[in-house]
Amino acid sequence: MATLSNGLVSNGLARLLRNPPLAFGLLILALLCLTAAIGPFVTDEALARVGATLPRQPPSAAHWLGTDSQGRDMVTVLMLAMPQTLKIGLVAGLISLSVGVALGLVSGFAGGVADTVIRLASDVMMTIPGIAILVLVAANVREMTVAIMAVIVASLSWMVTTRTIRAQTLSLRERGYVQIARLNGSSTARLVFVEILPNLLPFIAASFVIAVSNAMLATIGLEALGLGPQKELTLGTTIYWAQFYGAILRGMWWWWAPPILLISLIFIGLMLTSVGLDSFVNKRMANGS
Amino acid sequence: MYAQYVARRFGMMLLVVVLAVSINFLLPRLMPGDPVEAQLNQLLATGGGGGDISAMVDAYRARFGLDQPLLAQYFSYWRSVFSLDLGVSLAAYPERVSHAILAGLPWTLGLLGFATLVSFVLGTWLGGLLGWPRTPRIARAFGSGLILFSSVPYFLIGMVLLYLFAIVFRWFPAGGGMPFGQSAGFNWQTLTAIAWHGTLPAASIILAEIGAWALGMRGMMVSVLGEDYITLAEAKGLKPRRIFRWYGLRNALLPQLTKLAMTLGHIVSGAILVEVIFSYPGIGFRLYQAIQANDYFVIQGIVLLLSVSIAIAMFILDLAYPLIDPRITTGRE
Repeated sequence: MATLSNGLVSNGLARLLRNPPLAFGLLILALLCLTAAIGPFVTDEALARVGATLPRQPPSAAHWLGTDSQGRDMVTVLMLAMPQTLKIGLVAGLISLSVGVALGLVSGFAGGVADTVIRLASDVMMTIPGIAILVLVAANVREMTVAIMAVIVASLSWMVTTRTIRAQTLSLRERGYVQIARLNGSSTARLVFVEILPNLLPFIAASFVIAVSNAMLATIGLEALGLGPQKELTLGTTIYWAQFYGAILRGMWWWWAPPILLISLIFIGLMLTSVGLDSFVNKRMANGS
Repeated sequence: MYAQYVARRFGMMLLVVVLAVSINFLLPRLMPGDPVEAQLNQLLATGGGGGDISAMVDAYRARFGLDQPLLAQYFSYWRSVFSLDLGVSLAAYPERVSHAILAGLPWTLGLLGFATLVSFVLGTWLGGLLGWPRTPRIARAFGSGLILFSSVPYFLIGMVLLYLFAIVFRWFPAGGGMPFGQSAGFNWQTLTAIAWHGTLPAASIILAEIGAWALGMRGMMVSVLGEDYITLAEAKGLKPRRIFRWYGLRNALLPQLTKLAMTLGHIVSGAILVEVIFSYPGIGFRLYQAIQANDYFVIQGIVLLLSVSIAIAMFILDLAYPLIDPRITTGRE
């Protein structure tokens, strides 16, 4: 048993190394998540409060990334902002993935009226520019929190997953083994959850990465417009304040450059993972047929 | 066949417009709390005169028809949308919302149109090269770098460009659409000033978008190169350059146009923040200012304009496809 699982792990590792984009992407994301996980424990939250230190200090030994014009220590701000930003992205990605997979399964498996309605809804939702609706909702919500933010963003990003899962379900439904299970009198639930869903896993994984990436993009855009959570620190809100106080024009690069670097790393990590997963999924399909 | 296709696409567009208008109408009314009261409270807090607030609330309600039943409000909302009466700006009081939008529209259309066109052409060409086996390695590395770049939001690239080229090197202006105080006229001076101010905002959109177009095109190019007619062209002894351009690029090009319609909303969303970073006097910057000032009717007007214009643009693109590419079947999938 132990040797078998060992074999599986080393086999998986070997396959990962043969797919550099996936390996690099996962590595970047893992490092970011690790930093976000331990960050809040090793920093002193008091340093991120307004007026905690001297304002507008360039990087020094005491403040590695300097301080902003409210006297907040930038390293502390970033350490506290990172987990919040990742949290919104992950939660929103998970919600939109669940909604997307559920609708895609229903649409692809049941067909008929349900299929028509779901397809029409996703087509319409794809046409309406997400940020427009988001701005409208965010401008109307009295107090924005991380949770509300995640739900709003998720409600506008389920369409891509729905389309992918629907298309795959349609093709799986007609496969031989599903037909045989159906003839054997399996219940619909058994067909969907035992025969079809496990075979969708690679597509669900790929959709998840795209969903998180889209959710992050929308979230950071909203935050940079000043519509983010008011009481919590996030990377997008940090950019908003830097822009608001003219950090670029005043040459305070330590205020805006580090959050930009972190956000870019998140997106590059997600993109590499997505490209890597894509070729992985396609190879599997090519081998399977 | 074509008529049926057009009818279906038109129905789709109508549906999107109806939905956009309805969301615009319903959202503020669904939210807890009274928008009028909140607005007035804010007005009082920021230095408006005291006095009896409830009388003012009633006056405002009657003015905007908020005392009528919901359905009647809905129909009168539609009437005002059709007559382009989107209300007045609360922050810049007697200014009409439609006027504020019209003032920003040419800037946004110019910036977006130019940036989208350039990035589409360059990105498609680059993607074609990336999918072409004879492309030198350096060009490949450069292209892959740009593809990675495309995952970063436009406005972050804009911030870096702003710092480098406007603050450090001082080659380009740091913001605005025109030099301060210069009046616009149709002359050479105005045109160069507009180009001068538009370079950095356009560059940040183009830098981020080239990679996105290249990524899609690379995949298409690879699959087109596997077609029989490419093998035949090679066997005939055609020059590689000719095969690349007229046999490869041309046939891989069409799905890129489909993608253009799909990503229109994405491009517009990204451009909003680029305008904010560069204080570019377009719709996006106006939206940002409205959010800052809690100017609800302007926010609503711009959101409506964005959703409706994207729906119309997609409809036009949909109409054009079957004319450009006869392979596109206009029947059901």
